[in-house]
Amino acid sequence: MNIINAANLDYRAVNEALRKADRDCIIEGCCGQRFIAAGMSDKNLTINGIPGNALGAYLNNASITVNANAQDAVGDTMNEGKILIHGNIGDAAGYAMRGGKIYVKGNAGYRAGIHMKAYREKIPVMILGGCAGSFLGEYQAGGIIIVLGLHKDSRRIVGNFPCTGMHGGKMFLRGNCQDIRFPQQVTAKYASPQDLQEIRAYLSEYCADFGYSLEEILSAPFTVITPDSQNPYKQMYVAN
Amino acid sequence: MKIEGQVRIPSGCAISAVISREGNRMSGEMITNSMKPMHDRSNGLGGGFAGYGIYPEYKEFYALHMFFDTRDTRKECEAFLKERFEIIQSEIIPTRKIPAIKDEPIIWRYFVAPLKSVLISLQLDEKEFVARTVMKINENMSGAYVFSSGKNMGTFKAVGFPEDVGIFYKLEKYEGYSWTAHGRYPTNTPGWWGGAHPFTLLDYSVVHNGEISSYDANRRFIEMFGYKCTLQTDTEVITYIMDYLLRIQGLTLGEAASVIAAPFWSTIAAKTDLEDQKKHTYLRTMFPSLLITGPFSIVLGFDGGLMALNDRLKLRSMVVGEKNDRIFISSEEAAIRTMEPNAENIWSPAGGEPVIVKVKEGAF
Repeated sequence: MNIINAANLDYRAVNEALRKADRDCIIEGCCGQRFIAAGMSDKNLTINGIPGNALGAYLNNASITVNANAQDAVGDTMNEGKILIHGNIGDAAGYAMRGGKIYVKGNAGYRAGIHMKAYREKIPVMILGGCAGSFLGEYQAGGIIIVLGLHKDSRRIVGNFPCTGMHGGKMFLRGNCQDIRFPQQVTAKYASPQDLQEIRAYLSEYCADFGYSLEEILSAPFTVITPDSQNPYKQMYVAN
Repeated sequence: MKIEGQVRIPSGCAISAVISREGNRMSGEMITNSMKPMHDRSNGLGGGFAGYGIYPEYKEFYALHMFFDTRDTRKECEAFLKERFEIIQSEIIPTRKIPAIKDEPIIWRYFVAPLKSVLISLQLDEKEFVARTVMKINENMSGAYVFSSGKNMGTFKAVGFPEDVGIFYKLEKYEGYSWTAHGRYPTNTPGWWGGAHPFTLLDYSVVHNGEISSYDANRRFIEMFGYKCTLQTDTEVITYIMDYLLRIQGLTLGEAASVIAAPFWSTIAAKTDLEDQKKHTYLRTMFPSLLITGPFSIVLGFDGGLMALNDRLKLRSMVVGEKNDRIFISSEEAAIRTMEPNAENIWSPAGGEPVIVKVKEGAF
């Protein structure tokens, strides 16, 4: 187990130290260093403090736990592995991720899961425990986005314009979502037991990670959103 | 040396701000340090700060901060100022020679009071007269720029990284109840001293991370009302828009935010509060040319407060936190943690949702 004190290191030095470190390591005193663990495999990393933007970008099967909030672009273009955040995350999390898991205890900013995709056995999964900002799952092309809306008080579970440009994958929002406006090119309906079966294992893992009860989470109905193949995108910009 | 285009510099501007709701004064050291973890968001072509409440001994007078290219320009400008103002104090702004900041112009400040006789003959109120004078100098006097013109506040800016600019201007020696900061990464326009943020007019100052797509539409509209965009960068127009909406039109801060970051028509149509819907419809209809499109996160500083605002699509980051009487605003949470490691209630305002913080009445 290595401990890296990031207090006076810039992002290059932090990543350099990380590459040289053992498989299990801890970064202490992190304060805004970017690109932490970018492209890394075979690491089991814990971060204390605030990691900078693009945490775990291109992550290739490392495991990252953050004991605070994280900033923008967590797991940008991530390929494999797991990022666990015990706080909130900023904007554009999981941008174009194509595999792996991002589990967040709190809220996400704008554009979480933008352009997420999937290929054969690669199915990225993002679970947000709180609420998501606007443009959740913008241009989603694959993978699974789940928002639980726990402790949301009177807030809506997502902001404006969710699923804009969605053309693949699935989104699950806990609740009936009657106050949410979806675009015409997607279908929103109550999740069936078969739908929920598909995400049960992920939710179970999430509950174990953050100490929630799976039964309690599944006690509310879920809304599942998928692209509507009967109403594809055409003539979005010009009628030609 | 590689020039822009041959080398990719991965960055975007940085902004940061702090205010004490109790009006307690803080030195400029903390805000300078807040820019350090965001170093990579700037590229050394501009950094700057605005401090409010920093000149209590001169608080009745307009503080003009100026850049001059030569001593002759300064003499000429001084002669011009003397025809219009009583100059209470005229001095060089103290700076430190450091290797990181080079090629500085002559940096001067004047504490002035408009001559009553001139105001009477022009039939103008004080603020309008000062604003017109600033425009006149910046437009017509080659080599002279007024970069700060409010009362009991001042802007300090330079070409360099912001954390170096703070040291250059000895900001640790000033104390203010609020501060804003900016680190610049110019994308379309030159990195020069006048082009560093904040951009100010009277007591309004703006720091901005982003790029305004509607710049020319906004500029053409605002120039009809006597403002002149002379500083070769888009942010300047935001300052003049805020001055126009707040001082000339008398809008509230919230209304001004609804003009520049107006909700989409579809969002307005979906509003269930009909009064609110009517108000937004009115503002979008009245001021369509002042809608600012493209990415921005800004902090507007004014006498007694701050307002933070994101563009309606929220294409830039902004985080707010608090601790006791202080509110912190920054592009990144790391900057807030640098100012206050135990900051609480960290949250990100939505696009177009203004965060308005005012110092309690009478405390500044």
